[in-house]
Amino acid sequence: MAHCVTAPTSCPASGGGGLGWSAEPDLVAEEIACRRGERLVFTGLSFRLSAGDALVLTGANGSGKTSLLRLLATMIAPAAGRLRWGDVPIEVDIQAYRRRLLYVGHQDGVKPGLTPRETMAFWITLRSSEGAGEAPVLDAALAAFALDAVADWPCRWLSAGQRRRLALARLVATQAPVWLLDEPTSALDAENQMRLERIIAEHRASGGRVVVASHTTIGIDDAALLALDTFAPTFGDAATIGV
Amino acid sequence: MTGFTGLFRRDLRLALRQGGDTGLVLGFFVLAVVLFPLGVGPEPAILQRIGAGIVWVAALLAALLSLDRLFEADHRDGDLELLALSELPLELAVLAKCAAHWVVTGLPLALVSPLLALFVDLEPAAIPTLFLSLLIGTPALSLIGSVAAALTLGARRQGVVLSILVLPLYVPPLVFGAGAVEVSATGSGERANLLILAALTLAALACSPWASAAALRQALD
Repeated sequence: MAHCVTAPTSCPASGGGGLGWSAEPDLVAEEIACRRGERLVFTGLSFRLSAGDALVLTGANGSGKTSLLRLLATMIAPAAGRLRWGDVPIEVDIQAYRRRLLYVGHQDGVKPGLTPRETMAFWITLRSSEGAGEAPVLDAALAAFALDAVADWPCRWLSAGQRRRLALARLVATQAPVWLLDEPTSALDAENQMRLERIIAEHRASGGRVVVASHTTIGIDDAALLALDTFAPTFGDAATIGV
Repeated sequence: MTGFTGLFRRDLRLALRQGGDTGLVLGFFVLAVVLFPLGVGPEPAILQRIGAGIVWVAALLAALLSLDRLFEADHRDGDLELLALSELPLELAVLAKCAAHWVVTGLPLALVSPLLALFVDLEPAAIPTLFLSLLIGTPALSLIGSVAAALTLGARRQGVVLSILVLPLYVPPLVFGAGAVEVSATGSGERANLLILAALTLAALACSPWASAAALRQALD
């Protein structure tokens, strides 16, 4: 189980064994377009994400990095084109598709009134239908981002970086082949950025895939770069998609 | 079901730990009811006549106070996105949040209502009916309110828009809730009113999670 950061004994059991997710089919985007309000953000975007792949989204502010991540996370419907999991369009079983995703957005989802341990336990219960979230998984996740010392503080005492680490610790606590990370390194110091890079590398080594939107340089080996500026719509595109 | 109970317990824990909601709602409820005798004078006949209405209207307004916070925190800090992507269907998530909301607002309202009945000089015979009507009716207030809270998520001056949206929808529970108390003071007949009130709550239970979940998805888009 290469994707676990701490001792192997504390690894969650549900990961697909030693092979990880290498056997899972590819995530395929076909000519997708995204519209926000009246504005077409990008169009004609295609990519294929196989086991172990990493996709780094680049582009100016407003070029649609977050929109693409939210679209992949099924929170926005594409204005054109479609997403497939292998050969199957994701709409066929959207719950099964969502189960394969782990989305860490701009916001950390941290409640000031809860402790990191309670927050993490809640997230784990949300993800698992069969009452997982035992203490070892939880502790391993908190330890992966060195949050064990503050695990029982109220989150209102945490710094921005610690809240970010708590959000990222979900990557360790829950198992999913596709990670969607929106500016994961914001507020992280160098040491924790290295922790994140190592966790991403381990995830990919076990067949996981990552899509990252990031402004800062993040050390992901041989990641594919996707410059969203180049998919900005031209005048004709808007007419064909019916804006 | 683990997700449902997990969310319910988290919301309860947050509400109890922050403590503001219950205190605010109860404080408003008590103050609003106490103001009436001061305003209309201590004439027992008048108070007795309008007492049921006063308590019920005050309960509606008190329940309204806390509605804007039902989804707001989760929306602002990103937990709503996680809920939408979780195993738990969003409809059930709405239900869990409404249940927690009712436990910290509606239930305390029903519990203190017998005390407030004394302030408005309600017939002793009507006091159990008042308690029962609030117990049956307040879940409908949380459920109907959740639709409005989800629809107004992210709106400017959410509280005001929410009141305008939700108060007309509160008319049926008010009519039958206050009606039950009124007829019980004069004799019998509160049973029919309470049954209709229960039917309203069940209808809200069946319909509002769908509407709220749809509105929440809209808010996430």
